[in-house]
Amino acid sequence: MHELLPLLKQLWLVWFLVLFLGICFWAFRPGSKARFDAQARIPLDDSDLGGHAPHPTRR
Amino acid sequence: MGVASAIGAQGMVGVRPVVTESYHEDVVRAFMVAAMFWGIAAFAAGVYIAFQLAFPSLNLGLEWTTFGRLRPLHTSAAIFAFGGSALIGSSLYVVQRTCRAPLFGGAYLGWFVFLGYQLFIVMAATGYLLGLTQGKEYAEPEWYVDLWLTIVWVAYLIAFAGTLFKRREPHIYVANWFYLAFIITIAMLHIVNNVSIPVSFTGTKSYIVWAGVQDAMIQWWYGHNAVGFFLTAGFLGMMYYFIPKAAQRPVYSYRLSIVHFWALIFLYIWAGPHHLHYTALPDWTQTLGMVFSVVLWMPSWGGMINGIMTLSGAWDKLRTDPGLRFSVTAVGFYGMSTFEGPVMSVKAVNGLSHYTDWTIGHVHSGALGWVAFICFGMMYYLVPVLWNKKGLYSKALVEWHFWTATIGIVFYITAMWVSGIMQGLMWRAYDEYGFLQYSFVETVAAMHPYYVIRGTGGLLFLTGALFMAYNMFRTIRSAESNEPKSAVAAVAAE
Repeated sequence: MHELLPLLKQLWLVWFLVLFLGICFWAFRPGSKARFDAQARIPLDDSDLGGHAPHPTRR
Repeated sequence: MGVASAIGAQGMVGVRPVVTESYHEDVVRAFMVAAMFWGIAAFAAGVYIAFQLAFPSLNLGLEWTTFGRLRPLHTSAAIFAFGGSALIGSSLYVVQRTCRAPLFGGAYLGWFVFLGYQLFIVMAATGYLLGLTQGKEYAEPEWYVDLWLTIVWVAYLIAFAGTLFKRREPHIYVANWFYLAFIITIAMLHIVNNVSIPVSFTGTKSYIVWAGVQDAMIQWWYGHNAVGFFLTAGFLGMMYYFIPKAAQRPVYSYRLSIVHFWALIFLYIWAGPHHLHYTALPDWTQTLGMVFSVVLWMPSWGGMINGIMTLSGAWDKLRTDPGLRFSVTAVGFYGMSTFEGPVMSVKAVNGLSHYTDWTIGHVHSGALGWVAFICFGMMYYLVPVLWNKKGLYSKALVEWHFWTATIGIVFYITAMWVSGIMQGLMWRAYDEYGFLQYSFVETVAAMHPYYVIRGTGGLLFLTGALFMAYNMFRTIRSAESNEPKSAVAAVAAE
């Protein structure tokens, strides 16, 4: 275990890469298109506070 | 929450809603005016020092007006005063709108950030003219100014992050991610790079605790990430809100924007060592900086594609909306300078380009083409909205601004390419006996015509900004207001 820890620390670049690839997969995973499309519309739907009905939730 | 239920309950019985809270936009308006003012100051200072290099008598023989003191005045005015006011102002607007929540801390905190930041600018600028400097590029202000900026910046972070916490919109829109990365990273960079010990608490002089090559590395870790997180991430936040808004279309790919964000965050922080090629910095560190700089090319172009393709299907808007044309041209310049940057970070290229005018040209294709243009696009959209006007006073003036500024940039960067490469080649030219072929002063004399062309380009850019200031002034003072806000609210509630 004590030999393994320094090795795992040395591989920081690999861990960051794995994390980043995970993010990429999460962003492009199938079935999330509708959700991201709705989130992309956030700036277009804004208005003055209190001027319009509360915003529909985006989950 | 309070507003929403109030409208719901009162709307049913047909009573006009009592709006108890609204967005804090006074402070955003103040930041826009400040950005315009500092922009003109920065461009004017730039034009003046450009002509000082061509005609040294413009130094006037006074210590306060020498190039050495005016140059940090120009860079700080452009980056921190103009760019910073545009960034902070627009971020406070965007975060409120996309979170559908008023500013955290209310008007008081907003005004503290505004006045505090303006005071920081004035303290820094007057210090430069009096010769008070740490001598660290883009981090020239002395310790007391640094401490004051830290206080103001934390207040800004509290206002911004607090608004995110209070949001009514479940998702945090991507523009806010970029703005938040800008705020947090700048805080970290500013503090680490300015750890210094004042000689006395009543004096202005201090000494930095870092020494030698570590000091140089920390300085360029700061310097390059000021480019990466102040001049890139922050303005990308602007791009992700104002281009979709002006084009009336959602961003081309929201998924790409997520990958763009994280790729930029993971990569940028490592690129600093390319400012220290062929120095005492260990070789592996230089190579690391070079490799990360080259890899950075990918997310940069991913972001550029995302910004430009947002107009896909609405390209005609470029003809009818000159403000949007500024934003899109800005993204084009972003693509160009983020291609040039990685090329220049390659050691072999850097051996030629470093310490020459090529670097200055590269910086200005980013600063004028990307940063200033994306701000102009944002302000042309935001000024009529903030002051509740039908539109800008004159679209024709925007056209004039666009073309004078674009031609000005072309003059500037082409002059610097030629001058820089010529300068680099002259420095490394040997004669048949192995002696240097040119003395330093011969290279300076050879650059004179390019310095005049560069100054002329800057003058055109400044002229364009004056058109903008006049247009903005007339728009704000115009009587043609949009329909009053209260009427909209009443109609919508019924």
